[in-house]
Amino acid sequence: MNWTNDKIAALVEPDRAHRKAYVDEDLFDLEMERIFERLWVYIGHESQVKNPGDYYLARVGRQPMIMTRDHNGEIHVLYNKCPHRGAQLCTARKGNAGRRIRCSYHAWFFNLDGRLDKIPASEGYDGTELKMNGPEFQVQKAPRVDSYRGFWFASLAENGPSLLGHLGNSTVAFDQLIDRAPGKETEVVGDCFRMVQQSNWKIFLENQLDASHPGATHESTGIAAMSVEKDMRNVGEEPPMAYGFLSDFARIGIDGWGKFGTVAHPQGHCSLEGYMGIRPDDPDTNEYVKLMYDAYGEKKAEEILGVNLHHVLVYPCLSVQPPLQQLRAIRPLSPNRTLTEIWHFRLKDAPEAIYQRALGYYYLVNSPSTMVNADDLFNWWKVQHGLESQGGDWVSFHRNAGFDVIEGDIRKSTPGSMSELPLRHMMQVWKNYMTSNSERT
Amino acid sequence: MNNAIEILANSDPLKFAEVTTKTQLSVERFLHQQAEFLDEKRWDQWLSLFSTDGYYWMPAEENQTEGEGVPNIFWENLDMMKMRIRRNEHPQAHSQAPNNRLCHVVSNIIIENQDAKGNIIVRSRFHCAEYFRYEVRNFTGKYRHYLERTSSGYRIKLQRTDLVNREGPFDYVLQWWL
Repeated sequence: MNWTNDKIAALVEPDRAHRKAYVDEDLFDLEMERIFERLWVYIGHESQVKNPGDYYLARVGRQPMIMTRDHNGEIHVLYNKCPHRGAQLCTARKGNAGRRIRCSYHAWFFNLDGRLDKIPASEGYDGTELKMNGPEFQVQKAPRVDSYRGFWFASLAENGPSLLGHLGNSTVAFDQLIDRAPGKETEVVGDCFRMVQQSNWKIFLENQLDASHPGATHESTGIAAMSVEKDMRNVGEEPPMAYGFLSDFARIGIDGWGKFGTVAHPQGHCSLEGYMGIRPDDPDTNEYVKLMYDAYGEKKAEEILGVNLHHVLVYPCLSVQPPLQQLRAIRPLSPNRTLTEIWHFRLKDAPEAIYQRALGYYYLVNSPSTMVNADDLFNWWKVQHGLESQGGDWVSFHRNAGFDVIEGDIRKSTPGSMSELPLRHMMQVWKNYMTSNSERT
Repeated sequence: MNNAIEILANSDPLKFAEVTTKTQLSVERFLHQQAEFLDEKRWDQWLSLFSTDGYYWMPAEENQTEGEGVPNIFWENLDMMKMRIRRNEHPQAHSQAPNNRLCHVVSNIIIENQDAKGNIIVRSRFHCAEYFRYEVRNFTGKYRHYLERTSSGYRIKLQRTDLVNREGPFDYVLQWWL
């Protein structure tokens, strides 16, 4: 289909979106071109490439990329492609390339910053158009690469807003991931979990801030967790605090999630005020708070810990949960397949118990054996199937539509509601990005 | 956690112990029976095979020697196993209805060590087909069990399950143990 801007714009109304936005293959290509291969997309954290020679594979839209650290300690984001015949340079998901990256096909050598270093029997190129320093004979770099406090992003557009301009207020997600560490640093733990969602990437983003789903979708897990907690208490044992992450689904109920407000930002980012970020009063937390006071002073520490934030969506590719030290990056593969990388982080110098609590959440909610995400994945798969079929063309986002609280360029949900504000907002932003295609500015 | 993690970590995973045929057969039957309880969803019997401080463990990385305090695919004691059973069997567990079917083959059973008390380290290989939502997924890997010998037979102190494709990516999650 020939998707003119008018046709695309007609897919999004203030309180509903057309199903084709989630299933059409041509639209998916346009999304990759105008959103994922244009906006700033998350690559990875600097601790994934700690040492010179380290590399880590990444994906920006449809483009396979590599994040590398060169021998001067600089980080680069390159296309994973040899400029000779096009072979992929790195195939392992991560590793150390040594002093240089060697293409396996004809043993061309490249520095970690992508510069062509050596070609075997290079006299064969004497007198030809191939020059060792010719731009087309270097591994191509992402046009723009930048980091925010150790979190690296790339944009495949030559021009556009700066990383800071794009991140806007969402930088609080990364600040919180770092500032909550008494040692003022954070690093990834192990490898990420990787899960393929059999559904469109937008369905995932919408679900993350959809307050009316948890009590319904995850009811059985909440009930089972509650019953085990009760059994443990009956024999005098205290259940692990992490079980509460599950039993909350039953405890809060289907209509109890309205107390957590949502906020929508002009770039498409959205956030949910915390419920798991609330500070419990237990010895481990108190020890942690004391370490924070020692590191920052009471006032600053309270400022950091007082940020009440459960979830930040950084449009279009990240879902960050700072109090739980967790980040999910999405890599759309096709209209109905989306790869998720689920990372978690360790706060430097925080007590082990605080790490363990976050690890409990990571395990229970996001491991490959999670009983929580299992229900989400199934719902999204069913939604995708539904949207691929006829029998109604529109997806409804009517909950509290027309009642958003507008403060400058920020929108907030109706107080006390489970408003579908983030869902409406992200589709409006989607429409804007998708129809601003006249010039690559 | 009991000390089974260190016991497994300190045992040579290529060695084998000289044991009687009777011991070999009873350990083999134990492993076959465990797989059968899982395939047939006999949860009380499945749970009864574990010692009260036993763990089912599926590491996320190959050279992992710790279960506690690091990311895992499964790291479950009896409380977590009970939670999983109650949840997956709950009428509102919409994503698990109809429940999956598993079919295990357990083989290459080698007793690695038998200590003076009769406690056993045994390693084996498994293949498991899962039928779920009208599709079949295949899982393959190796088991290593540390079995405590008790007056009423063996009990699992630790079962380590190493999946060949542990890094994923996983198309959908694992909702039952393998």
